[in-house]
Amino acid sequence: MAAADTAAPMLLFTDIDEPGLATREVYERRGGYESLRKALATSPEEVLAQLEASGLRGRGGAGFAMGKKVSFLPKGAMDKYLVCNADESEPGTFKDRELMQKTPHTLIEGIVIASYAAGATRSFIYIRGEYVLQADALDAALAEAREAGYVGEDILGSGHSLSLVVHRGAGAYICGEETGLLDSLEGKRGNPRLKPPFPANQGLYQGPTLINNVETLATVPAIVRIGGEEYAKLGVETSTGTKLVSVSGHVERPGNYEIELGIPSREIIYGLAGGPPEGRGVKCWFPGGSSSPVLTAEDLDLPYDFDTLAKAGSMLGSGAIIVVDDATPILDVAMKTAKFYRHESCGKCTPCREGTNWTVKMLERIDAGEATPMDLEIMASVQEHIIGNCLCVLGDAMAMPIGSMIAKFRPELESHIENRRLQAPTPAGAVA
Amino acid sequence: MSPGGWDVAADLDRPPATVPGPDTKVPADLRAEIEAHMANYPDRRSAALPALAAAQRVHGWCSPEAIRQVASVMRLTPAYLESVASFYDMLETEPVGRHSVYVCTNISCSLRGADDLLADFERAVAADPDVNVRAFECLGACDIAPMASVDGVYVGPLSSQDIPQLLEDVHAGRAVLPERQLARRLVADPHANSREFPEHPAQGAAHGGANLELPTEDPAAATGEEPS
Repeated sequence: MAAADTAAPMLLFTDIDEPGLATREVYERRGGYESLRKALATSPEEVLAQLEASGLRGRGGAGFAMGKKVSFLPKGAMDKYLVCNADESEPGTFKDRELMQKTPHTLIEGIVIASYAAGATRSFIYIRGEYVLQADALDAALAEAREAGYVGEDILGSGHSLSLVVHRGAGAYICGEETGLLDSLEGKRGNPRLKPPFPANQGLYQGPTLINNVETLATVPAIVRIGGEEYAKLGVETSTGTKLVSVSGHVERPGNYEIELGIPSREIIYGLAGGPPEGRGVKCWFPGGSSSPVLTAEDLDLPYDFDTLAKAGSMLGSGAIIVVDDATPILDVAMKTAKFYRHESCGKCTPCREGTNWTVKMLERIDAGEATPMDLEIMASVQEHIIGNCLCVLGDAMAMPIGSMIAKFRPELESHIENRRLQAPTPAGAVA
Repeated sequence: MSPGGWDVAADLDRPPATVPGPDTKVPADLRAEIEAHMANYPDRRSAALPALAAAQRVHGWCSPEAIRQVASVMRLTPAYLESVASFYDMLETEPVGRHSVYVCTNISCSLRGADDLLADFERAVAADPDVNVRAFECLGACDIAPMASVDGVYVGPLSSQDIPQLLEDVHAGRAVLPERQLARRLVADPHANSREFPEHPAQGAAHGGANLELPTEDPAAATGEEPS
């Protein structure tokens, strides 16, 4: 399908498959590290002003304004930390993987510029342990960057110093949650912390800490290059710029695409990713990873941006679109989702630990023919009691999509209950 | 880690394990690697994950001996390190086969048949103690669903027909299904590349960077050699 009309301005994916782009030589030949020179020639305040003017919102899931986050760090001389969240474990998300593997220097350049704006002198990239190829690419690029004086003491004679360490995780979804990540980076179990204090005040080693997603930081060199105001012209009012979306599930061409925020969701799912296989339609889709409430075929014409999706009762999240076709029972989708969160719940907060477990048990009861329609009420109320009642949003991340499935596919779930009940050897409610 | 889990009572009469003394025997290379990791951080405890991963590469799993060695170098109690090791999916707290096959069974892969793939994998290695096949949460490669991470190398899309060839590659120490590796793929976005680029090279079999890759030789003999 010709998709020329959906061509977005490319900021992150420009010629990303060029051989050798992961090396400093090719990266510099293409103008790499020019943004760093440009930034270091101005004041940190000026760089921060550019970031704020860009309107860039965090690309990891929460969508918080990046410039504002930087400005929350206290001023003055003290050890400040910058942590790049490269844990990317939200199901359906694989955009950071492509960036780190193919253009690791972009991320390193973004980190150095952001550290200059934030006054951070120590930085870490927390990358999930499963991303071996990507961590190796980062380590190799980091060695080159150190050698060239882009990372280390007195970077390019600016007086700004920064250490950078690539830290490999060991497989835990919760370490993508910022405070769980900090505990993990301190060498502990990855349990989330109570907030406040927020990481900007007391984060890593109790010091002020800026935590940003890979894509957010990798966008920083482009913002410095074209200017914050120019960047803000891309996209729509409160969702500026381009965004990497990972499209997966029942589509013909799953993969990563760079889009301008605000284009119709249909253009992403059908135009770019090719839509579901011939003869099938979209039953539902997760617009921002498996933690986002599902939307249906009726929502396909919604513009893909932060505020529109929030208004529609869901969220843009990490930009991971998972498409489920109309041949898939919604119960299977709910079961997969719930089982994942049950496995990954760290167990610290009761509503999440118990709520994820009981949701799976109730779904299994439905499938075993032991449920009654009343179980849907109980299941919905369990979801309501999780949301907002835990230290972090892992529980909410199950409760929101499961709640949305119960609300939007209730007739299907009810007939599933009834069909299974009739097939079961001892139907629920029958006198044994 | 007591293998009995909840069913076996803890021995309360046993004295608590303290930080192992400096006379604990630790392979020189492992000690050097752990110390290098510790030097990276303001607080030495931050090196717990990379240190445990390094010990797992040497010992095959986070065995009591592996934990004791890390504890001795890092000056931590074995209990602390056990608590860490038991939290993370990639740190093995029981002996496993030396090759790992993580089959992603999360939503995007399962929509494309990952559950059947996993079942067929498990059948195929039922009598093969060398290969540790397990279901894994989203590995972040839904574009090649259904997929698996084989000794740290991502391959997909996979079907059950690929299993014999894949296992043969693993046992022969060859690059696994080179034509199906994620490393080779070009970006899906048709607007990203302004001109045609060749595919990327596949990953070799002995990619030393695999942080949690299990040793390729007999653990008893692996006292020094460290993957580069």
